[in-house]
Parts: sequence; C-alpha cells; structure tokens
Amino acid sequence: MSILNQTRSVIAMNVRSIPQRLGMSLATIGAIAMVVAVLLSFLALANGFSQTLKGSGAADVAIVLRDGADAELSSTVSRDQVDLLGQGPGVRAASDGHPIVSPELMLVVDGVKKSSGTKANMPLRGLGPNGLLVRKQAKITQGRMFAPGSNEIVVGAGLLREFAGFELGKSIRFGSQTWKVVGVFEAPGTVFESELWADAPVVQSMFKRGTTFQTARVALTSPEALKAFAAYAKADPRLQLKAQSEQAYYAAQAERSGVLIKYFGWPLGIIMAIGALAGALNTMYASVSSRAAEIATLRVIGFSGFSAFMGTMVEALVLSALGALVGVAICAVGFNGLSASTLGAGFTQVTFRIQVGPEIVVQAVVLALIIGLVGGIFPGLRAARQRPLLVLAG
Amino acid sequence: MSALIELNDVRKLYRRGKEGIAIFDGLNLSIEKGDFVAIMGPSGSGKTTLLNLLGGTDRCDTGEIIFDGERIDGYSEGQLAAWRARSVGFIFQFYNLMPVLNAAQNVELPLMLTNLSAKKRRENVETALKIVELSDRAKHKPKELSGGQQQRVAIARAIVSDPKLLLCDEPTGDLDRSTANDILRTLQQLNKELGKTIVMVTHDPEAARFANRTLHLDKGTFAEVTA
Repeated sequence: MSILNQTRSVIAMNVRSIPQRLGMSLATIGAIAMVVAVLLSFLALANGFSQTLKGSGAADVAIVLRDGADAELSSTVSRDQVDLLGQGPGVRAASDGHPIVSPELMLVVDGVKKSSGTKANMPLRGLGPNGLLVRKQAKITQGRMFAPGSNEIVVGAGLLREFAGFELGKSIRFGSQTWKVVGVFEAPGTVFESELWADAPVVQSMFKRGTTFQTARVALTSPEALKAFAAYAKADPRLQLKAQSEQAYYAAQAERSGVLIKYFGWPLGIIMAIGALAGALNTMYASVSSRAAEIATLRVIGFSGFSAFMGTMVEALVLSALGALVGVAICAVGFNGLSASTLGAGFTQVTFRIQVGPEIVVQAVVLALIIGLVGGIFPGLRAARQRPLLVLAG
Repeated sequence: MSALIELNDVRKLYRRGKEGIAIFDGLNLSIEKGDFVAIMGPSGSGKTTLLNLLGGTDRCDTGEIIFDGERIDGYSEGQLAAWRARSVGFIFQFYNLMPVLNAAQNVELPLMLTNLSAKKRRENVETALKIVELSDRAKHKPKELSGGQQQRVAIARAIVSDPKLLLCDEPTGDLDRSTANDILRTLQQLNKELGKTIVMVTHDPEAARFANRTLHLDKGTFAEVTA
C-alpha cells in the first residue's frame, strides 16, 4: 500500500512538472512523432497496397496460368486450352448454359502521370464478354462497355485519377493505333481499377498476339470446387496448366511486393528511432538533474529508490505516448485515404489508397513506447541511485 | 531523562583517491529525549556530516549509532528509509518543497509512506498546518508563499508524521532576522509543547540562543558552550 502510494505520488509530481521543462519535452514529443509518422506512412503504403491486391481476388474464381508462370505477363494459354477449361469439373455456367470462362491477355502500355508529368507503365487488359461476369465488384459508372471488335477502351477509375488524357470521350494512341475512351469503370479496393480494358480479339490483332491469351479466369460453382478443377487442369495432357484461386494469386502478389515497402519502412523507422532515443535520453537526464534536489529530498524523507525510478520511467512513457499520438494524428489526417500508385507485379502501376489501419498503428505506437522505455530506464536508474545526503550537504 | 540518540566511538572517513581523511575519529555524543541542541562550528568542521549520520542518510565506518535504545548503524538502506520516515523530520535551509504541489500536498508527502487512509492523512495535514499557523495557505503553491511561510510549510511537513527527532540544517539561513526569530520560536514551541527532540546546525549565534544547549564542533570533537 505504502509503496503504491509513494510511487503514485512521485509519478504524479513528475508528470505535473513536465511543463517546467516544456522546450525539451516538446522536442522529444516532436522527435518521437516524426518517427511514428514516417514509419506509419510506409506501413500505411504497404498496408493499402496489400489490401488492394488482396481485395482483388475472389475465392470462387480460378486463375489459370502456364505451369511455372508466377504472373500474368509471363504466362500463355492457347485458344484450344480455353475451350477445354470450360469442360472442367465445378465450372459455373451462365444463364445461357455456357461455362463462364474469361480468356484474357495483358500488355504494358505507356501513360503520362498527372503528378510528375513523366511516363509510366500501365496495364492494358484484353478481355471478352465474360470479363465482367468473373469480376462482380466491377461496374461501368460512366459511358458504356466497349463494343466487341472495335478500337474502344474503358478505363479504371484509379487509373483515371493518376494518369492524364483518359477522360471519357478522349482518344489515345498506343503504337500505331488510336483508341477511344467510351467508359469508366469502378472496382473499389481492387487492382483492376488501375487497368485499361479493351476487346481481347482486337488487342490480340493490334499487338500481333495471334490467338494466344495469357490467362483464363474461370468462375467456379463454389470455392471448394477449386481442388477438383485444379487437378483437372494439371492432369489433362492437353492442358498441364496451373489453376489457383484468384484470392490466393493476389495474396501471393501482395506478399512479394508489399514486403519491399515494409522492408524499406522499418529500417528507416528504426534509424530515426535511434535519433529520437538520443533526444529522449537527453530530455530525461535533464529532467532528473533539474529535479535533483526534489528527488534527494524525497529520498531523505523516506521515499524509495523504486518510486524515483518509476516516476522518471512514467514521465518518459507519457512523453513517448504523446509523441505517438501526434505522429498517428499527422498520418491519419494527412495521408489516410490518399491515392497513391507504385509498381506492382509485372512492372505496371497499381493505384491504391493509403490505409492507416489499427494493426499498423499498434506497431508504430509500440515502437514509440520502446523509445520511451529505453529513454527512461537509464535516467530512471540515475534517479533511483541518487544519494539522499547530497541535498543536506548542498 | 534518557538518551534519544547516542553516538559511541564513531569514526567517519572521507576517501579521496587512495587516502582516507578522518572527519570523526572516536566521536561520542548523547542527546536526551526532549532536548533542543544547537550545533555550531566553522565550515568543514563536520556539522553536515554529523547531521547525515544522525538522520541515517550517511553511514559511519566504525562505532555505534543508537536511536531510542536500538542500533541503527547496521540497518540496510531500505530499513534506514523506513526508519527515517517513522522517526525523523527534516528541515532544510532552502525549504526543499515540491514546486508542483500546494502546501497541503507538500505536508502530506511523508504520510504517503504510511498506511493511513486519505481521510486520516487529510486530518493530520490540517493539524500540522494549524500548528505552524498556515491553515489559510493550504492551497497555495510554494512560489505563492514568502520564505518564512515556505519554511513553516517545511516544518509542518517535518512534524506531520509525529517523529521523535527533528533535524534542522541552517533552518533560518535564508531568512531575515525577524522571520528567522518567528521560525525559531516555532521550533522552541515544538520542543516545549510537543516534546520534540531537536538538533539544529547553525552558523548564527542568535539562532543558537533559542536552543537549550549549544555544542561547538571543531576538528571532529565537541566542546559545550555555556551561555
């Protein structure tokens, strides 16, 4: 009881005396806020990117690639194989009785980014009438879908935000051909919003791809149907293709690309944290020395070294928690929900929204509290070891 | 009267490098219960060291320190801290109040080391502030009080847990004559009316006159000064 009482009293005194060291305390809060804001920005970028890729895939749609291919760009699937895939087990049929199989091809074309005015790669996807049936989340929101056999394209809303010249009704040149934008589609929180879509046979012909595709998306009757369908696609000697759920495919893509952003964010965050730690240590040592007479007086009266230690520790933790709060606020207000784009798998731009989620906030706050903890321990030990007689001699 | 505190053959060395300089070598002292003793002496004579030994904030190298019949020189740091909280009140030259706490909260500090309830603590604080005639300043912070008032708060803090011994280090060293005399009269009153044993280190012969007896410390030995 007594140890609790005395520790509580010392903690209250330390915290209430923070305004007496306002300048240094604010500098520490600022340094920790910067660490949290920078780390959180990187994690929010990675988070938004991962969430977008993960959100892109459906569990009951199989994506079929050439065995050994990791991404759409490095895969090939023939016309004959597409027909055979439609005969596989567990394939869902459309209202007209035909299996829902969407053979697609993906190419990389150039566009000019609004933000920098520089050229960047964009994915142009060729797909057929079943393209929308395997993407339930995609909807045409302006204009209309492209007409089969025409040089028409529809653009994703995310791509429209980031790239110039794709507004409805505009004409664009890719290579020797001119294309007309006839519609805008939305597919919120998915990678498809960063794409241009056109009719697959037209894309094959304009880009000299013959009759080959790169992937086929196959609608399944249920997620459980995947196993039998994948076994069929692999075992049939005419196919020998790899089928996986679209969800699994994009989760693997997110893992590969998101990890790069995270691995850049954490080292930078930690380097900055070391700087902030130096600031926190400095502030706390200054706090202990400015209160030397107070600490010694309390020790003379009979307060324990533990209470002096805890007072300093809690003060450091309060400063770091305030820093974390400011850092999270900067990030949440300044960056959360902003549109960003980066190179995704296949070196094309993926547009996504920065997401400051609870999980990454916890990670950044924990880092801030570790700064506070380490920044408080050594000054706290100095406070605890302060000899009570000094004040009498002084 | 019996002795409240006794120093028997106390030796205290200060180490400077490999050499040890003896501040006290065979020091003996006995202070009776209820006595008010002033200790005077030139700078460097060991007055503050003596006060630290009496208050359990420093340790002797050899010899015995006995408080109320019990040896305290062998106590651990924790035991000494608990003993100080229970038995000794300290009054400093520069008051040493906590600037962020008001007068009542400063006075309450030693009671935080006890198991008293918040209500009982409040009652004791009110009594202590009443004794030093500062009940109307309970909510004031130290910077809102004069030097004399701050020292009164420090006295209230020293007596709030009802210790037997009060140790005063130059308690009037920072005050003008008239305020100093008020503080000394309060100490005298605590000695006479509440029976507190008081040991006061001072440079000021005027202050020493308020004590029952004065000891002169020089080169580690005492000489009694008779008025």
